[in-house]
Amino acid sequence: MKIAVCVKQIPDPATPYALDPITHFVVRPAEQVLDDTDRYGIELGLQLAEASGGTVTLVSMSPVGNLQGIRQALAMGADKAVVVNDPALRGSGALVTARVLAAAIAREEADLVITGTESTDGYAGVVPQMIAELLDLPALTFARKVTLEGTTLKVERQTAGGYDEVEATLPALISVTSGAVEPRYPTFKGIMQAKQKPVDQPTAADLGLEPATVGAAGSGQVISEVRPAPERSGGVKIKDEGEAHLEIVKLLERAKVI
Amino acid sequence: MSHQPVRPGRSDPKDFLAIDALLDDDERLIRDTVREFVADRILPGIADWFEAGRFPKELALEMGKLGLLGMHLDGYGCAGTSNVAYGLACTELEYGDSGTRSFVSVQGSLSMFPIHAFGSEEQKQEWLPRMAAGEVIGCFGLTEADAGSDPSSMRTHARRQGGDWVINGSKMWITSGGIADVAIVWAQTDEGIRGFIVPTDTAGFVANDIHHKMSLRASVTSELVLTDVRLPESFMLPDVVGMKGPLSCLNEARFGILFGVMGAARACYEAALDYAGTRIMFSKPIASFQLIQRQLVEMMIATNRGMLLAMHLGRMKDAGTLTSSHISFGKLDNVRTALEVSRTARSVLGANGITLEYPVIRHMNNLESVFTYEGTNEIHTLILGQAITGIPAFS
Repeated sequence: MKIAVCVKQIPDPATPYALDPITHFVVRPAEQVLDDTDRYGIELGLQLAEASGGTVTLVSMSPVGNLQGIRQALAMGADKAVVVNDPALRGSGALVTARVLAAAIAREEADLVITGTESTDGYAGVVPQMIAELLDLPALTFARKVTLEGTTLKVERQTAGGYDEVEATLPALISVTSGAVEPRYPTFKGIMQAKQKPVDQPTAADLGLEPATVGAAGSGQVISEVRPAPERSGGVKIKDEGEAHLEIVKLLERAKVI
Repeated sequence: MSHQPVRPGRSDPKDFLAIDALLDDDERLIRDTVREFVADRILPGIADWFEAGRFPKELALEMGKLGLLGMHLDGYGCAGTSNVAYGLACTELEYGDSGTRSFVSVQGSLSMFPIHAFGSEEQKQEWLPRMAAGEVIGCFGLTEADAGSDPSSMRTHARRQGGDWVINGSKMWITSGGIADVAIVWAQTDEGIRGFIVPTDTAGFVANDIHHKMSLRASVTSELVLTDVRLPESFMLPDVVGMKGPLSCLNEARFGILFGVMGAARACYEAALDYAGTRIMFSKPIASFQLIQRQLVEMMIATNRGMLLAMHLGRMKDAGTLTSSHISFGKLDNVRTALEVSRTARSVLGANGITLEYPVIRHMNNLESVFTYEGTNEIHTLILGQAITGIPAFS
């Protein structure tokens, strides 16, 4: 079984993000790390591949930099990576990102596509569903538990009030939540071998995508302005003269918390 | 040559000299992986293990899976990392606790290394993969109750009887002795000092754990007693005779220590820095006071200096230019530095510094053992004295 896992290199969340003053795009340093939430998808992919004798291919789209984030993912045990690396992709919106990733996944002829639910630097949260639509695959999203029996994929889909039991036949796409599996540590042998693993770096054109259809231009969107979030206001002070709890209950009711 | 102006601005208080930039990608990834493992698996339990006097033996398999055990050895299930990577792993482990770092040092450098360096092919095949996996735990029997700094005066001896060896004697202060499946025991023979691979279930082998320790409490320390322990020839390490066998193992372990203790020092410095920033006295954080700032700065300088020394010696080891006297320099200076940092941190934390809620007194007590084991401060001083004068002052 061929499993494709979508991963993303992002600027280290420990350091503040910089935005380009003119384009407002995130400035991507050479040194980027693996998005921490991707580790769940990689772990799930590795478990399913180990159980079925399959392979795990990482699929990503970003400036490659020094590939540190991709190597982190390869060190966990993935077999190879495809990183679509093309300056023309700069400024791509969610739909163009999905088109590029879908084209890369199609080339790999994956039986199963695994993604996270959203990236930690973008938070659009729509790319997994878009990829599924573009590849004409069933999308089993927000999986908190995944089992594969033959070619039948069974998923517990996290909902606001509990979970749904959904299933589909391969090929399919699943997006996994952080509770689905416990990611493994990269092993030292894995770290030592990660540099020898193949990292294919096609351009958008290599994947058959016209330059005009990708990047900021192809996305048909412009970030016109970026404003800092407003400072939090002072809130409400309640002086307790024996009745403060009633005031608090009223506030909570108004906020529909209780 | 272009002139680069000195940049104004602050440094990262937790990596002041940007030593991170001296690491290559693999080293950084290994360092980060061990750091995460320590944060997930060691830090949450260490205060309780220390108080209960228990080594978390269940971690051995997890460490094996990660590749920590014998990580810088090649083949036989070992990862084959650089020496710097091994050193950095020791730093992160000892940021957790000197006991967990000691376990890894004893397993990789003192138990697996002699089999790897001096063992037969059959011995390597039999023992190393299971030891790398953490399925078999090793210990190293050199020191005796009356033979510490002068191990060549050991009384444990092995005699040939028929085709077998019969070993008698006892060993003292043996890390992991009571939990070990196999002991590397050094003994006098008619041919000189030799090493033996002794399965701990061999008749006549007994390990007695040492209790009432005030240091390395999350680590097992034992006495080994060998009474007519009979082993076939195939359990003797064939490729070394004399003190250079055990001493080469000690060089490996001391190398890990000179990195490791800087992890303990960093833990103490960071605890003191965080504490001084939040502890309010006279209506302001105690970090505002000049006397405290001086203590914080001295700790920061000492920790960075020690880490630079470790990195330099690590690069020399990878380049093949490191000598045993270089290791003495590092072991002597970095352990005493770490001990001093831990005591300063203990003072900055005031009364809170004596509880296990903070890591400092645990590290401080642990480092008293590290100060003594693997060559005391005095012995390393004499090794360095001999190195620069050419005159041995041992006797």
